[in-house]
Amino acid sequence: MFKGDFIQNLPKIYGTYTGGFIVFIILMALAEQAGVSAKNIGVMFVAFTVLIYALIGYLSRTIQVDAYYVAGRQVPTVFNGMATAADWMSGASFVALAGGVYFGGYTYMAFLVGWTGGYVLVATLMAPYLRKFGCYTVPDFIGTRYGGNAVRAASVFVLFIASFTYVTAQINATGTIASRALGIPFEAGVWVGLISILICSMLGGMRAVTWTQVAQYIVLIIAYLIPVFWISSNVGGGIFPHLMLGDEVARLGELEQQFGLVKNSAADMKAAGVPGGLKYISGSHSGVPEGGMAVWKYLSLAICMMVGTASLPHILMRYFTTPTVRAARKSVAWSLFFIFLLYSSAPMLATLSKLALMDPNLPTGIIGKSISEVQSIEWVQRWSEVKQVFIADFNGDGILQLNEWFMRGDVVVLATPEVAGLPFVISGLVFAGGMAAAMSTADGLVLAISNALSHDIYYKIINPKAETSKRLLVARTLLVIIGAAGAYIASFRLTSILGSVAWAFDFAMSGLFFPLVLGVWWKRATREGAIAGILAGIISGTVYLTWVFPKFSVPIWGGVNTPFLGIDHLRFGLIGAPICLVVMVVVSLMTKEPSPATQKLVDDTRIPTGKAILGKQH
Amino acid sequence: MSNKDAYWNKTKNHMIVTLVLWAFFSLVIFMFGSELNTMSFLGYPLAYYMTAQGSLLAFVIILFWTANKQEKIDEEHGFSEREDD
Repeated sequence: MFKGDFIQNLPKIYGTYTGGFIVFIILMALAEQAGVSAKNIGVMFVAFTVLIYALIGYLSRTIQVDAYYVAGRQVPTVFNGMATAADWMSGASFVALAGGVYFGGYTYMAFLVGWTGGYVLVATLMAPYLRKFGCYTVPDFIGTRYGGNAVRAASVFVLFIASFTYVTAQINATGTIASRALGIPFEAGVWVGLISILICSMLGGMRAVTWTQVAQYIVLIIAYLIPVFWISSNVGGGIFPHLMLGDEVARLGELEQQFGLVKNSAADMKAAGVPGGLKYISGSHSGVPEGGMAVWKYLSLAICMMVGTASLPHILMRYFTTPTVRAARKSVAWSLFFIFLLYSSAPMLATLSKLALMDPNLPTGIIGKSISEVQSIEWVQRWSEVKQVFIADFNGDGILQLNEWFMRGDVVVLATPEVAGLPFVISGLVFAGGMAAAMSTADGLVLAISNALSHDIYYKIINPKAETSKRLLVARTLLVIIGAAGAYIASFRLTSILGSVAWAFDFAMSGLFFPLVLGVWWKRATREGAIAGILAGIISGTVYLTWVFPKFSVPIWGGVNTPFLGIDHLRFGLIGAPICLVVMVVVSLMTKEPSPATQKLVDDTRIPTGKAILGKQH
Repeated sequence: MSNKDAYWNKTKNHMIVTLVLWAFFSLVIFMFGSELNTMSFLGYPLAYYMTAQGSLLAFVIILFWTANKQEKIDEEHGFSEREDD
């Protein structure tokens, strides 16, 4: 059923789907009025949307290699944009981004610039050329351009490290949301999440993931934007917050002056028993920190995230699915447009949420009120029970100060609708959105890893004579194994040892950015240069990470080290990538220039027309 | 110079222009964050506005512009793909 006319009917199909989802929201609102409990509404939201994704996944099943790896290269520009946006925006973006802005202010927003600006690099340096090449996976390009199994295996190694770091965090997020929405233990939530993820991807590979990601994008963007607009008009921010919150931002500046930005000492917080992971406001919302180091910290983080974005295989592989090179370019632009809709709303949500809690003139304000009064508020009680918010009366005056209010970042997205007095149906919607965001990213990542292992390691290196059915069997088996390994690690809550999601970007930029860019833009780049560059980049980056990150440096290096030039564990790609570049250039120049055949291959990659370098089925 | 070389030169120059614009909106303006924040736009402090929304919007516009411009370069040199490719 998913042939020719299916593609032409896409706008109609997804239009009907969106309409159906809105009708479902209205039905849930009516159910809430009729007295259905909040918990059941949450369950229905998550169950209904996950069933739809599973249905799409089942209908997209395939036994074709090119459909499994690149969705048959027939995904239209705008739809690929939506799928990429869902692939990109993780559970962390959905639930934690606004919280990050809430606590980090201007400094944190380097992430916003980094996670969007990277797409300019994707569009100019990579996507159209990789599409022309006709590869199935990112290592497929590196392996064919430079030639040989060693360079292919080295790039699979980097892909594995970067994507696996990322995927455990996503499965963790899926589990957290599933457990909260369905009211089951976290460990069970992780496995429910995993099964949902696998149903979407196992039978149809990239084709199934594409069409579920489009459906997930629609759910997550509706779930993010409706509350933002609604809260804004409820707390007097105006109907269109993006253009109308200037006064509110200024007001936050005044309130920060009035309450004072106080830093708590670690000893005080320990003595008061503040649960781990909870934060308080200690920095300015819109103010720019002074000094050269502060500027460098901002810029270096933005650079790492941008270059990392342009090296992440699960994003790059989305542009292999468009029908043409031209469509790949336009598709990057559409991707960023769809991402922009959510990312530009996160700071607005943070502003509104902060104002709702801080402004004593608003009925929702809690700072400056007596602690006993605040503790009797219903939502404060509910979120305190699960240790998501905490009050510590440091000065013992019985009044809640700004530095005495602790909260987990996720609460900004998950609780603000409740705080601003929106009906519970909105909170149910937010659960469904968070689930969609986490599942779509996890799907893309698990597929990126298992495709690289099945295509590049199994088919290209171990068994080049394998038949289609065997290749797809291996691909699906690996998908289940990778997913289960991620869930296993997530269920033991070992993710804290894997550190930040930002690491995935740093790993990817250390080992993949320059081999990809130079593969297209520098004909003189040789196989030996690429192998040396990839290994030097990933090894130096990883060694630096162990040196600078206290949890690793104490057992390995015997102490805590001061970051070199402010390059801390979030920015270690700034060590790996330049080393990769220098080593790759030097070794390339020392070795014999690539054969005329390879040079011709690069020439052909650079023009949009003509045959792809790799055949339709390979 | 062959048509292919001319095409690649134009593509390269276009890439450089795009990356200059990209660097301006992602890096250059944030070197002057505290200076910019004394100005205001739509009532927001300017540096705050740019990092929360302005630069993000600039990237979207740059991407559509750069894709259209590249399509023109493709056409000029006869490397434009047919619609049904």
